[in-house]
Amino acid sequence: MAVVFKKTEMLTDTPLHYCPGCTHGIAHRLVAEAIEELGLKGRVVGIAPVGCAVFAYKYFNCDMQEAAHGRAPAVATGIKLTNPDNIVFAYQGDGDLASIGMAEIVHAAARGMNITVIFINNAIYGMTGGQMAPTTLLGQKATTCPAGRDAKLNGNPIRMSEMLATLDGPSYIARCSLADVPNIRKAKKAILQAFKNQMEGKGFSFVELLSTCPTNWHMSPVKALDFVKNEMTAQYPLGVFKEVE
Amino acid sequence: MAERKLMKGNEAIAEAAIRGGCRFYAGYPITPQNEIPEYMSWRLPQVGGHFIQAESEIAAINMVYGSAGAGGRAMTSSSSPGVSLKQEGISYICGAELPCVIINMVRSGPGLGGIQPAQGDYFQAVKGGGHGDYRMLVYGPCSVQECVDLVYNAFDKAEKYRLPVMILGDGMLGQIMEAVTLPEMKDPATFPKKPWATTGEGFGKTRRIVNSLYIVPDELEDMNHKLQKVYDDMCENETVFEEYLTEDAELIITAYGTVARIAKSAVDLLRAQGVKAGLFRPVTLYPFPKDALDKLAAQSSVKEFIAVELSMGQYVEDVKLVVEGRKPVKFFNRTGGNVMSPEDIVEFAKKEA
Repeated sequence: MAVVFKKTEMLTDTPLHYCPGCTHGIAHRLVAEAIEELGLKGRVVGIAPVGCAVFAYKYFNCDMQEAAHGRAPAVATGIKLTNPDNIVFAYQGDGDLASIGMAEIVHAAARGMNITVIFINNAIYGMTGGQMAPTTLLGQKATTCPAGRDAKLNGNPIRMSEMLATLDGPSYIARCSLADVPNIRKAKKAILQAFKNQMEGKGFSFVELLSTCPTNWHMSPVKALDFVKNEMTAQYPLGVFKEVE
Repeated sequence: MAERKLMKGNEAIAEAAIRGGCRFYAGYPITPQNEIPEYMSWRLPQVGGHFIQAESEIAAINMVYGSAGAGGRAMTSSSSPGVSLKQEGISYICGAELPCVIINMVRSGPGLGGIQPAQGDYFQAVKGGGHGDYRMLVYGPCSVQECVDLVYNAFDKAEKYRLPVMILGDGMLGQIMEAVTLPEMKDPATFPKKPWATTGEGFGKTRRIVNSLYIVPDELEDMNHKLQKVYDDMCENETVFEEYLTEDAELIITAYGTVARIAKSAVDLLRAQGVKAGLFRPVTLYPFPKDALDKLAAQSSVKEFIAVELSMGQYVEDVKLVVEGRKPVKFFNRTGGNVMSPEDIVEFAKKEA
């Protein structure tokens, strides 16, 4: 029989621990495929965050470091400057990157650190059970804003891609969605571009992926995809926010 | 080539680290250790290394984590409030079994405290200031030359045991200028290989994972025991101390770091006045030189001890733990950035001892 689809060898055979309908699996696959397609096997180091992707070091088939909560860009900085020929990527969620790790991501971007950051924005703390994230939408319910996020009480959601695009350091910043196949294809292209920029020494590259969390959103996987397409994309418009030639 | 130079403590530490193989430094400005990052910023690029002024103390220690995990000889430095901020990172570094060097030029506290010399971070350094069970190799040098000698070999020790080595200095040691002999540059080609480091070649069974997460209790318990074996091994082999005029001593003054130099002068003054005083100075604060102090506690000539420190009674606790009530242990201190003189110690000894 002809093989029409094969798992990339840059993912291990370890079964993913993610919930049904969660898009982390898609994001992992896209990143791993990009690493394979760009021929980076043998020179790539990944950094796992604290959050749902804390076990990412079990899944990416390359050298990996597990970072403290929010510190992945700092860890990536240490790795990249020690072995500059390595391709270094950090994989972070919204609590990790946009809350506790805000200083690290902003300064890695401002330095123009030649690393690639994949940012999973699902607007919730998944691993700890559904608390409000810095990217939780206004009106969206979470266990720490049970009546829905109220700007007066809980502050406003943060648009990371737009914010980082104001800096001079980054070479590439894009926001994509994992809600349907056409968008997943676009996300793959963005991830490839981000890694290419690092390979060419252009500096900091960043891809934000709008993702689902059916478990903590209390939605079916299909409804969760609709939530990304409608609500999340309205708050977080898709597109390329910075691209240095 | 070894060379003789007049150097400030902080700068001597930076140069000794580089000669000992340091090629990555991340730090954040804080008094009284700013000469270390300043020196590193121009000196490291000369030897093909990397200096980075981190956005925070927290980022700095995590950059060190990344570099050390990638096989680099990485260092950070700070002073008390900054070292408090690094504690989470230090715990992760210990959990992930990474070698690195951390300098703490201690200032007075608590809180923002002051910028003058103090020893109030003793408990934090030797008992573990971060979360979980871990230890570091902690040195308390008393002179600029001793800083150089200890820092020069600190990476070798860190890599031997795969743990952080901390230099617990103080503001005085950082700012004082003394003549030092600088050892020759170590050749990185002679450094031990690190098969565990994430250098990018890993794939499949050869993957290297730098990690401190053990979600299964039995696995973490095994890890705790594995680490403890390393710490026991370190205690067995790395304990360093100095004794001065203790053979016939009736009074043992004990102190570490720069305070021990002041105490040494006090011993000389007391001897000149006919008091049989001696000095016991730990060079390693962890491991604490228990056996040597135990012998002094058992020595028949010794009638009592005075523990001298620039904190409110931290070091004295370890002294008492070893002496175990066999001889009286008196306590003399200054804090807040104040430093006692040799005469102050003599006066205390004559009045209280």
